[in-house]
Amino acid sequence: MSNYTVESMDREKLLDLYHQMWLIRFFDEKVDEFFAKGEIHGTTHLAVGQEASAVGSCAVLEPKDKITSTHRGHGHCIAKGADVNLMMAELFGRETGYCKGKGGSMHIADLEQGNLGANGIVGGGFAIAAGAALTSSMKNEGYVVLCFFGDGASNEGSFHEALNLASIWDLPVVFICENNQYGMSGPVKEMTNIEHIAVRADSYGIPGSVADGNDVFEVMDKVDEAVRYAREGNGPSLIECKTYRWKGHSKSDAKKYRTREEEKEWRENDPIKRMREQMIQSSICTEEELKSIKERAKKAVEDSVTFSKESPEPSLSTLLEDVYAD
Amino acid sequence: MREITFVEAVREALSQEMRQNEDVFMLGEDIGVYGGAFGVSRGMIEEFGKERIRNTPISEAAISGAAVGAALTGMRPIVELQFSDFITIAMDNLVNQAAKIRYMYGGKGSVPMVLRTPAGSGTGAAAQHSQSLEAWVAHVPGLKVVQPSTASDAKGLLKAAIDDNNPVIFYEHKLLYKTSEHVPEEQYSIPLGQADVKRSGKDVSIIATGIMVHRALEAAEELEKEGVEVEVVDPRTLVPLDTETIINSVKKTGRVIIAHEAVKRGGFGGEIASTIVESEAFDFLDAPIKRFGAASVPIPYNPTLEKATVPSADDLSAAAREVVSYAKQEV
Repeated sequence: MSNYTVESMDREKLLDLYHQMWLIRFFDEKVDEFFAKGEIHGTTHLAVGQEASAVGSCAVLEPKDKITSTHRGHGHCIAKGADVNLMMAELFGRETGYCKGKGGSMHIADLEQGNLGANGIVGGGFAIAAGAALTSSMKNEGYVVLCFFGDGASNEGSFHEALNLASIWDLPVVFICENNQYGMSGPVKEMTNIEHIAVRADSYGIPGSVADGNDVFEVMDKVDEAVRYAREGNGPSLIECKTYRWKGHSKSDAKKYRTREEEKEWRENDPIKRMREQMIQSSICTEEELKSIKERAKKAVEDSVTFSKESPEPSLSTLLEDVYAD
Repeated sequence: MREITFVEAVREALSQEMRQNEDVFMLGEDIGVYGGAFGVSRGMIEEFGKERIRNTPISEAAISGAAVGAALTGMRPIVELQFSDFITIAMDNLVNQAAKIRYMYGGKGSVPMVLRTPAGSGTGAAAQHSQSLEAWVAHVPGLKVVQPSTASDAKGLLKAAIDDNNPVIFYEHKLLYKTSEHVPEEQYSIPLGQADVKRSGKDVSIIATGIMVHRALEAAEELEKEGVEVEVVDPRTLVPLDTETIINSVKKTGRVIIAHEAVKRGGFGGEIASTIVESEAFDFLDAPIKRFGAASVPIPYNPTLEKATVPSADDLSAAAREVVSYAKQEV
């Protein structure tokens, strides 16, 4: 059943995914650190602990495939090939950032890499993903769109409208719910009366499945199946990745709605640790190799901070630019 | 010379564009074999097929959002929003997504989409199917807003809207659908941001939008009999707004009446009035600016009440008489 295992996968690809996992972890931890120091302003939403769903999902894509992301989107960006220098510069509000300092954490887009953008509106990406998939279908472009969203977004009306539309038009889109157990402070158990959000797929006549979102291999298996299904013209699927948000919702969160015991339990279910253990057990690489990959990721993030700090602030003359396209 | 109706002019603009550009397609509720709630797309599914005349579920959020996603990835979608009142359901996609994507992505990407929608009162459809909410969208940077008053303007402005690389909200007044006039057969474009002086006059300017252009022209006919020359200026697009034509008209006449069907409070007329008084035209004003819009009530059902809600030609005539009673000052 499992196509993606340590044994069956290309070694270089595995090491690359491992690097991506650490890149996301270090990136978000660095962002957290600079928010605490007051050197990054605004707000941000971190995906520490959720790396496997982003990395596993994007790992099975072809370069032409696209994604839509969420307010908690740094991981999706990195997994879809974004340059962490340009990401960090955006968070520092610099001219060199992905959005020239005008978007910030919640609006990073990298259209060249097929990242149609993070979205500050919960549930804002559903219909946009369906529309991008419609282009693929109408122009025979053959790409598939992954639409990331959270458990909270699954209670938005746009979820229903877009999944229904994607279903009746057989659009090549895969809806990936990263169920991190909380919509801001709202526990998923209080906000829905179903155990799995994936069962909602039945309402639209599309396949739905649940993945262990902290197991990068299982995520790859499930998403790969859905991507193939979509690419062959069969339409959308819904995949729910069960995971956990280690950090608070945003920087102002005292986390009163959950216990430290629960957090500890999930921290033990660390997706990076699990990947690492599997790789070590199968002896495809050494502890030293993995350590050096981790160090490389750490350095890339540190370099991104240097890059950002050395980058200029946007000129005031850019304020009125880019409201309209020519 | 050939005369066609407003509905036919809109359909002709859509069809001509779809024949020459494969990326243009339509999506909306009941636009397939039904032909659209007001018959605009009648016959189009037969010509273009169901792939390009996409009949959708009743899902304004999905329709508008799918248009944003399609536009961002290389298509040029045209949404038919069945009644402009339903924009409430599509608002997130227009205001938070379509309008902002280019700016918040730092100048990357564009959203070349048109949302066409029938607006206005006069059909007895009552409070949830009769509104004129154009000021809402005119308020949002990143959107363009078009409000044609004639069939020939509708055809040319719609071509410009489809060719534009930005999200454009295109209002069609329901009572204008059956009006007809000469409309050239060939494709033509009327640039967004170019007002039209529908009637020239030296005594008073009526700046009117949509259906009010016709009420203003009626009032002008009436006033002509009394020796008063009314100039009627139709901005045609609220965003971008041709302030120059408006200001020049005011400098000529020195007296201004502004009329739209939308509720007066918070309506776009306030923006036009402010534009005038903030400009050099201020010195040319000989009388207070008169502003007309609907009463601050939901549109009622009863025909007499409904009619009384929005400005009439008589209201505009009376206002014109009043403002011309102010002496013209030499500047």
